[in-house]
Amino acid sequence: MSKPKVATTSLAGCFGCHMSLLDIDERILQLIELIDFDKSPIDDIKEFTGRCLVGLVEGGCANEENVRVLQDFRKHCDILISVGDCATMGGLPAMRNTIPLRECLEEAYLNGPSVYNPSGKIPNDEEIPLLLNKVYPCHEVVKIDYHLPGCPPSADTIWQALTALLGDKPVGMPYELIKYD
Amino acid sequence: MADNFTFIIDGTEIPARQGQTILKAADEAGIYIPRLCNKDGLEPYGACRVCTVLVNGRPQSACTQPAQPGIIVENDTEELTEMRKQLIEMLFVEGNHFCMFCEKSGNCELQALGYRLGIAAPRFPFMFPQRELDATHPEVFVDRNRCILCGRCVRASRDQDGKNVFQFTGRGIKKRISVNATSRLADTELKSADKAVAACPVGSILKKGVGYAVPIGERIYDHKPIGSDIESKAK
Amino acid sequence: MSNDLSAAVKEICLQHNNDRIYLMDILRKVQVDHGSVSDEAIDAIADAVSIPRVEVESTATFYAFLSKEKKGKIVIRLCNDIIDRLAGVDVVAKAFKEELGVDFGETTADGLITLEYTPCIGMSDQAPAALVNDEVITYLSSDKAREIVRTLKKTGDPKKLVSRLGDGNNASPLVNSMVHNNIRKKGDVIFADYPDGAGLKKALTMSPVEVINEVTNARLRGRGGAGFPAGMKWQFTRAAEDPEKYIICNADEGEPGTFKDRVLLTDYPERLFEGMTIAGYAIGAQQGILYLRAEYAYLSNLLENVLAKKRKDGVLGKAILGKKAFDFDIRIQFGAGAYVCGEETALISSCEGSRGDPKNRPPFPAQKGFMGHPTCVNNVETYVAVVRLIDMGAAWFTSIGSKGSSGTKLLSISGDCHAPGVYEYPFGITIKQLLQDVGAEDAKAVQIGGPSGQMIGKEDFNRTICYDDLATGGSVMIFGADRNILEVADYFMEFFIEESCGYCTPCRVGNVLLKGYLERVMNGQAEEADLEVMKSLARTVKTTSRCGLGQTSPNPILTTLAKFYPEYTKLLKTSKDGFKPSFNIQEVLQESQSITGRKSVHFS
Repeated sequence: MSKPKVATTSLAGCFGCHMSLLDIDERILQLIELIDFDKSPIDDIKEFTGRCLVGLVEGGCANEENVRVLQDFRKHCDILISVGDCATMGGLPAMRNTIPLRECLEEAYLNGPSVYNPSGKIPNDEEIPLLLNKVYPCHEVVKIDYHLPGCPPSADTIWQALTALLGDKPVGMPYELIKYD
Repeated sequence: MADNFTFIIDGTEIPARQGQTILKAADEAGIYIPRLCNKDGLEPYGACRVCTVLVNGRPQSACTQPAQPGIIVENDTEELTEMRKQLIEMLFVEGNHFCMFCEKSGNCELQALGYRLGIAAPRFPFMFPQRELDATHPEVFVDRNRCILCGRCVRASRDQDGKNVFQFTGRGIKKRISVNATSRLADTELKSADKAVAACPVGSILKKGVGYAVPIGERIYDHKPIGSDIESKAK
Repeated sequence: MSNDLSAAVKEICLQHNNDRIYLMDILRKVQVDHGSVSDEAIDAIADAVSIPRVEVESTATFYAFLSKEKKGKIVIRLCNDIIDRLAGVDVVAKAFKEELGVDFGETTADGLITLEYTPCIGMSDQAPAALVNDEVITYLSSDKAREIVRTLKKTGDPKKLVSRLGDGNNASPLVNSMVHNNIRKKGDVIFADYPDGAGLKKALTMSPVEVINEVTNARLRGRGGAGFPAGMKWQFTRAAEDPEKYIICNADEGEPGTFKDRVLLTDYPERLFEGMTIAGYAIGAQQGILYLRAEYAYLSNLLENVLAKKRKDGVLGKAILGKKAFDFDIRIQFGAGAYVCGEETALISSCEGSRGDPKNRPPFPAQKGFMGHPTCVNNVETYVAVVRLIDMGAAWFTSIGSKGSSGTKLLSISGDCHAPGVYEYPFGITIKQLLQDVGAEDAKAVQIGGPSGQMIGKEDFNRTICYDDLATGGSVMIFGADRNILEVADYFMEFFIEESCGYCTPCRVGNVLLKGYLERVMNGQAEEADLEVMKSLARTVKTTSRCGLGQTSPNPILTTLAKFYPEYTKLLKTSKDGFKPSFNIQEVLQESQSITGRKSVHFS
């Protein structure tokens, strides 16, 4: 029997949640016994190769590409997990949500005290994905099955969730594993 | 009415005294009723509604409702827990609560209730309102992004500090905490040692210069849920 | 300049004895005289009245008729409640905007006219309507709107707008208003033909306890909506130990769709004050307060005149009708635009010069009300009913109406019907009968009791108006066959969001969320799961809210879900791919596309 597959991605995140996943240390060997990684920065597979049991999504949706990737994950994964505060509530990128988008861009590229931008232009290349008006937590874009808050969630939290799901057990978290910071 | 009497809370008979609220009597009996706007020493307020219990089947806020002989109180039920979760989630989506960098994290009562009630993420859409931060005061700042409108600072400043530094202005979803000056906290009589500062359950009113003093793992709610101190009194 | 403002404001405070109790009056006067309650004015008031400035600011920012920003000399408040919307307020609004060259919430460049929306002003029977300062303008059209603006620009005087006068006291020089009473049906209690003064005379031949017993035996229940037994309330207030007691009349008729108190205040104020005086006698109160919504300020001269006449006639003031030791007088306290002040403890807060926040109960007003003294708060119609009840006796009163609901009820009927107006019916009338009488046989839905009440459909038209079945403070809004029920519910939610005091979490936040989910449904962006969240959220708001406003605010959603479920389900989406229909990628990319001037690559 082939091993179940797990995919991971970082949308508008900092890869800190992926670092936390790697923080499971030697348990990664156990994990590799249990699963194969599909699309993930861990193995650098860029596109889904097939159906996955679990998708771990770090980061919220700040731009159109984030939305496309998230929808792709929803399409390919039986169980989709929001990992970390950015995925569950927008996180640090969502700090821009209280400020109009144009003002954000002008502050970042034109008016900010540390800006050096002789062109006086806001970058606008076709390769740059369009920003959304706000940063959205993943569950406002697609259906999310589980949330693991934290910045990042601890390695134990991620381990606990993954092993429970792989063992077909309920994802019950002890008090100390649900933290918002 | 007798001075001392008993009533029932979740099937347990507990003692109470004339003039005690349900919440106070429950506290003394080691039964925790979740609450946010209530704080020992401050006048009961009844705003957050997290302490809503059923008294003989009718919803009441335990922090304001007097205990009475023989009443039947329901507290720890599935239905009430669900409503409390929703209330906490409402407060999370109403403001801008970025726990990951908030100095109060680990010691925040809103966050702690989220933990205790097992909220992984609020189900409601976030509002991301525009709110003001006032850092004009040399010792204290007010970050309205994190304010949950519990009114503890209002009561503490008025009744304990005798200063009336804080009061609410506006109404409905636009209601905000305001200071007793044209606009700046710096122009009020507030001092960092005031009870009003310590009364804030969240990171909305904080002393400057002392953030992150306690490492993660040693903060109040890192290991034990809020209410554990009360529950440890249970016989 | 600024010293002038400060001095003028302090003069206003002095006229009110620099007493905090009159803070509402002070703020209203400052607003009218100076166009705003500015920071400077707030400082002056705080200084004169000797309270913290933030307390003044707290009250000043609570009420819709007070404002920190400068308003025009004239404020046009166009009523945009649901009935006015049905009556075509949109074209009127457009005409106002075009003619003034400003949008709602704005003031003309010359500082003359501010244009605003306001919720129900108690004129649903003659909608669309607007307030221009204190003047009421009814039956608006786009032509009339343009004419109004032109007249105001020319004369600067809202009084010049009153053309044809209304009926009854509306035509009195003291009122001089174009409002119509629209009394369509008179019953035996409220609108009955009988001489003024008989009730009070008879009451004074009885002992106060006998009066209360009579009210109790008549099983008179509060006519404002909650239906609390009046006799019991009077009994509790009388029994409270404090000898200083108050009678308050709740004339903050703010429930959208109700206007019957307006008619009583216009043509039956003698009976109202008589009823309050009887209550004062029964309870042992020395002072009565009529809490009048600011929208009815146009009645103020008339009411003051009636009070003055009563004082002259010896039926108010010292030793009333020669009865030693019965002193009772009444003063008018104005509100300033806050629906929540119809809630009795919020009303008391407002009378005390504070934000209209409801108070924690216990203590109940009967124990500790106005300024901590025992206070009895009843609705206008309740006091008027008392007069006739005492005159005719409890047995007569209980012979009218239905078993559990004695007497008659005034209904304010508006919406899709031929004869909107005020109807007095004995309790027990069926909706079907009522719809026949008002000419609305093809109604699809009827909202009973305003937004806080319930919406019913055809299958319930055999039900009756009474406390045990369809209870109502009097608002009956009728919706015809082609009306969109969800739009009505959505407006009602908007109303509650606007009017929530914000004190408690569920009402402040929950209603905003509920409206968001309702809009999802209306936009075809909701899933079955959203409906479940909505129901659960509505239950939480209803159960955990602190006062009647929040406890009833989810009713528009809960009752339309119960009675018009298919209207919701037909708009639901099922998401096969797990994408949220509520997330509209085109919508959230719009801003970015307009900033960058290019289209989405991923979603085109």
